[in-house]
Amino acid sequence: MAMATQTEKGRQMSPFFQQIIGIAKVLLSIAATMLGLLFVTFFIGRVMPIDPVLSIVGERATKEVYDAAYIKLGLDKPLIVQFFKYVVDVVQGDFGQSLRTGFPVSDDIKRLFPATLELATLGTLIGVFVGVPLGVIAAVKRGSWIDQVARVVALIGYSMPVFWLGMIGLLVFYGQLGWIGGPGRLDIFYEDIIPTVTGMILIDSALAQDWGIFRNAISHIILPACLLGYYSLAYLSRMTRSFMLEQMSAEYVITARVKGLSEWAVIWKHAFGNIRVQLITVIALSYAGLLEGSVLTEIIFAWPGIGSYITTSLLSADMNAVMGGTVVVGLVFVLLNIFSDLLYKVFDPRAK
Amino acid sequence: MSETQSLRAWLLTETPTSRRHAKLSAIYHAWLSFRTNTMAMIGLIILVLLVVVAVVAPWLAPADPFAQTLANRLQPPGTDGHILGTDSLGRDLMSRLIYGSRITLYIVGLVALIAPITGLLVGTVAGYVGGFTDMVLMRITDIFLAFPRLVLALAFVAALGAGIENAVLAISLTAWPPYARMARAETLTIRSSDYISAIRLQGAGPLRIITKHIWPLCISSLIVRVTLDMAGIILAAAGLGFLGLGAQPPSPEWGAMISEGRRFILDHWWVATVPGLAIFTVSLAFNLLGDGLRDVLDPKDSEK
Repeated sequence: MAMATQTEKGRQMSPFFQQIIGIAKVLLSIAATMLGLLFVTFFIGRVMPIDPVLSIVGERATKEVYDAAYIKLGLDKPLIVQFFKYVVDVVQGDFGQSLRTGFPVSDDIKRLFPATLELATLGTLIGVFVGVPLGVIAAVKRGSWIDQVARVVALIGYSMPVFWLGMIGLLVFYGQLGWIGGPGRLDIFYEDIIPTVTGMILIDSALAQDWGIFRNAISHIILPACLLGYYSLAYLSRMTRSFMLEQMSAEYVITARVKGLSEWAVIWKHAFGNIRVQLITVIALSYAGLLEGSVLTEIIFAWPGIGSYITTSLLSADMNAVMGGTVVVGLVFVLLNIFSDLLYKVFDPRAK
Repeated sequence: MSETQSLRAWLLTETPTSRRHAKLSAIYHAWLSFRTNTMAMIGLIILVLLVVVAVVAPWLAPADPFAQTLANRLQPPGTDGHILGTDSLGRDLMSRLIYGSRITLYIVGLVALIAPITGLLVGTVAGYVGGFTDMVLMRITDIFLAFPRLVLALAFVAALGAGIENAVLAISLTAWPPYARMARAETLTIRSSDYISAIRLQGAGPLRIITKHIWPLCISSLIVRVTLDMAGIILAAAGLGFLGLGAQPPSPEWGAMISEGRRFILDHWWVATVPGLAIFTVSLAFNLLGDGLRDVLDPKDSEK
């Protein structure tokens, strides 16, 4: 639409073509990055010192059975052909069969991804709603006690091993105080009652209006979400603070103050308005980070998401699952990056 | 005038007499401004202590970190002979912690060498040569950046086999891209400056320009970045150890110790808590030091 209006305005065709070329470039770079990603996972799958044939036919298979499986897997073909076949399969959404679960990897991922998404989204929300205001206040009241507190909070967040903090959290709030649900997404007797719509239990139970399950799900997700939220908060508050500091020393802020605007308007309307774009980029990055970085958190909390799927598959040498999971997480990561780039271009006129 | 005072005056001089003199003077000035930063000094002191502890570990440790005494298992902190208690095999936690500092330093040291040097090489070459080379190298960098770091490290360790060296390699493989990007950006700004043209007119080849004139200018921002990244490296190594993909038992690696203690956390909290605190302290120290170094070495980026 933006392009159409531009040509209607009587501009020449060249900017239009430039935009098309720009879009083509972006698409090409996504494709190139994804191809590279696939190459790396393929390479990892190849150098893995595990014989994929043996893990299918078993150790006691005869030579004939072994050879048949070898040829069926296409392992006799040149590597480049195998890679090509792998890419074609992945593009069609076929990651092969998981040896551990016995299901197609794509089905496993479809089932598990919502759990990761639910956790990471909640974590990001906590990070944004606490971290951003904290960063703004720290920048405005620079050097005050609240700035120091924000600094210490962020430093601790950067330095704390997430799996350890999660364990201590479970020990205190679940083991000692009994305030929250333990590991997993629900208590065992609540499992499989509500129909799966989105795969995110909080949303599904709200849709089914089963508030008992909803409350139980909250009690399970609250600690891991706060944990991820804390890491997101540490990063976001620091970034917000430095963005805001940059704006607060700009001359338009002085102008706004001289005009007699209230401090509130200066900070939130003028300065904050200008950092929104940068902020969105950082939030997207941190969201992507939580989606991929929740591996350890998911393991500690026995959270059946993509991170724990990759790790447990890895430990049981289920390479199809590992490669599939890695590709999907990588794809999400790339897409979020590109999404934030696009937002930048849409909202920041200077970037055009 | 005493000797130290004259040395100080020599270092603080406004009119250096030689190149070395000027350099030492600059370093001394940086040190003086660094010293005023209390938090950074705390970080530095913790890290110096860590190095000392690692070096004198055999004399410092009250017991053999591998000696099992099953009769003495899971003793709480403060039991006589075991200040921090014992683990599930009756090994002295204090001794294991002390020996574990060696592994931590080993991992951090190796990664801090491999990753920035790889990044520096890739980044400067890409930035200096430009064109097609730049495009290919940066595309590769982007691919590695696009990968989830821990997942990539996991996959590499799984492919190479679990162990400290492979963990180091895997972490380095995931850690170098940001350095490459940074070095490239610096190279691009330096490359077109007048003094590089002057050197080139004097007949310097690309190799000489890169190694003698571009690298030294990239170093300071690289050092700051490495120090700030150290905490992340420690946490990644501990994470791998925790998953059983880093150092293997009975090695007293801190992440692996947490993993061992995890099974007993509800009744015997100290087994997992103590090594976690150690990891936290060391990575906090690196963060504090990194912040301080940034203020001194990279004033344009510092927040103050």
